Amino acid sequence: MSQAPATTGGGNRAIGKWWIMRRLSQLGILGLFLLGPLGGVWVVTGNLNSSLTLKTLPLTDPLYLLQMLAAGHMPYQTAWIGAAIVLVFYLLLGGRVFCGWVCPMNIVTDSAAWLRARLRIKGGVRIPRKLRLWVLGGMLVLTAISGTLAWELVNPVSMLHRGLIFGMGWGWLIILAIFLFDVFGSQRAWCGHLCPVGAFYGLLGKASPVHVSAEKRAACNDCMDCFAVCPEPQVITPPLRGAAKGVGPLINDVDCSKCGRCIDVCGKDVFRFRIALANRAADAADASPNN
Amino acid sequence: MTDKTLKPLTSPARREFLLDAGKTACGLSLAGLCLGLYSHQTQALPPGAIRPPGALPEADFLGACIRCGLCVRDCPYQILKLATPGEHVATGTPYFVARNLPCEMCEDIPCVKACPSGALDHSLTDINKAQMGLAVLIDHETCLNFLGLRCDVCYRVCPLIDKAITLEQQHNTRTDKHAVFIPTVHSDACTGCGKCEKGCVLETPAIKVLPRPLAKAEAGKHYRLGWEEKKKAGQSLIEEQGIVDLPDRMPDATPDAAPGGLPPAKQGNQL
Repeated sequence: MSQAPATTGGGNRAIGKWWIMRRLSQLGILGLFLLGPLGGVWVVTGNLNSSLTLKTLPLTDPLYLLQMLAAGHMPYQTAWIGAAIVLVFYLLLGGRVFCGWVCPMNIVTDSAAWLRARLRIKGGVRIPRKLRLWVLGGMLVLTAISGTLAWELVNPVSMLHRGLIFGMGWGWLIILAIFLFDVFGSQRAWCGHLCPVGAFYGLLGKASPVHVSAEKRAACNDCMDCFAVCPEPQVITPPLRGAAKGVGPLINDVDCSKCGRCIDVCGKDVFRFRIALANRAADAADASPNN
Repeated sequence: MTDKTLKPLTSPARREFLLDAGKTACGLSLAGLCLGLYSHQTQALPPGAIRPPGALPEADFLGACIRCGLCVRDCPYQILKLATPGEHVATGTPYFVARNLPCEMCEDIPCVKACPSGALDHSLTDINKAQMGLAVLIDHETCLNFLGLRCDVCYRVCPLIDKAITLEQQHNTRTDKHAVFIPTVHSDACTGCGKCEKGCVLETPAIKVLPRPLAKAEAGKHYRLGWEEKKKAGQSLIEEQGIVDLPDRMPDATPDAAPGGLPPAKQGNQL
């Protein structure tokens, strides 16, 4: 689907409202962390693995709590409280909101995808999207066997974020390698196929009520812009094309990072954000009887 | 779904699935193996890197440290740093190098309090009980005090002066009329803060803080020190047991010398 030519449906606003909001969110969060070391204003200390906001609010990445448990260490209460807060946040908003709105690697891989499109590079290594789940499982098994947070030695997500705040060392080489592989090796290889952090957050997002909804799917003129711009285009098909099969308009696949690129790009304003639990076909705004 | 059962065993789809699964399994195992070996290697902390106070033993520490850097931020002297890729310390874990900046041993130990995961053990409340490492006067040949000078810097800068480092007076056999004062580290008191290593006036320090497992010897479990046992028992453990004191044979012993020509060893002086 991603190979579909990006014909324009009249809109093609690659940089729109949601793109700007998302970049503001990503850079804003990073900025809060950098405010201390660069400006001496300590709002948030630590990094995405575990942090302390205004010296009171602990936040801990639940994946790291899981890794510690797998390694055989019982973390302190602070880590449990921090992980619980983060867990509830992503259970509500949808796990992969982390990928689209928080993770600093997203800017790197989005840039790679942009460059890949500009250079018109097609094809490359074929990686199954499910592989990330196997990487996640393998990573936890390795943690249990080695008794150490082995994944942390190479995890580009925390390496980039920690590196920007505490010093990068040779870590930028790993980031560069992922960037180059995303450009020349395979379309959206890291975030869309390999990253176990994203896979973990995807699993968290199962029950979230926040969705992008193909509300006005009847207006879709099959221009394919949304498929071309979406990092996980497989999530769009069922809701957008499912009117006849009685599939609801909500994009409720856990792989959706709720980046809103489809909303920005669509010339027919088919998509919008929507908070809903049930995904009923009748909820499509202009669901007409002949659909 | 129904035609699934009708597929021949060698269908291309099945073949492709098995090949893909095989490739995935091989690739993942290989990557896992590399990462496993790498992680095994980083478990050997280089001797120059010292963990913050209260750190669990290295193997446990690497499974407990969340690599968040909160300890680094709460160190008021900015002594700690997080390891970056390319260093021999596990990426993202905190350490300090004593020769650059030693631990200032804050009484409230903010770095330990900051740790959310328990990699730095919160039960450490007295910094003087910390065991970050153990100072070892490793080069006797170059140490100025061993040469008979009164440098004494390591002894003077020690936060636990006269407990962790003492000066032991010995006869100077080179001049035959002076004394040498040997800086002596006591492992029960040394916190491994590294002030001595930082303070050493030599170009390369003669005294260095090493990880405790590397620096500390351990006697056989069955070893007993006679004098200690005697103190514990309140009396000699062998005097009353009818142990026969065999005659001491001297090299120049002549056949006519009486057996047991030397007096029996003084009570309690043996092991």
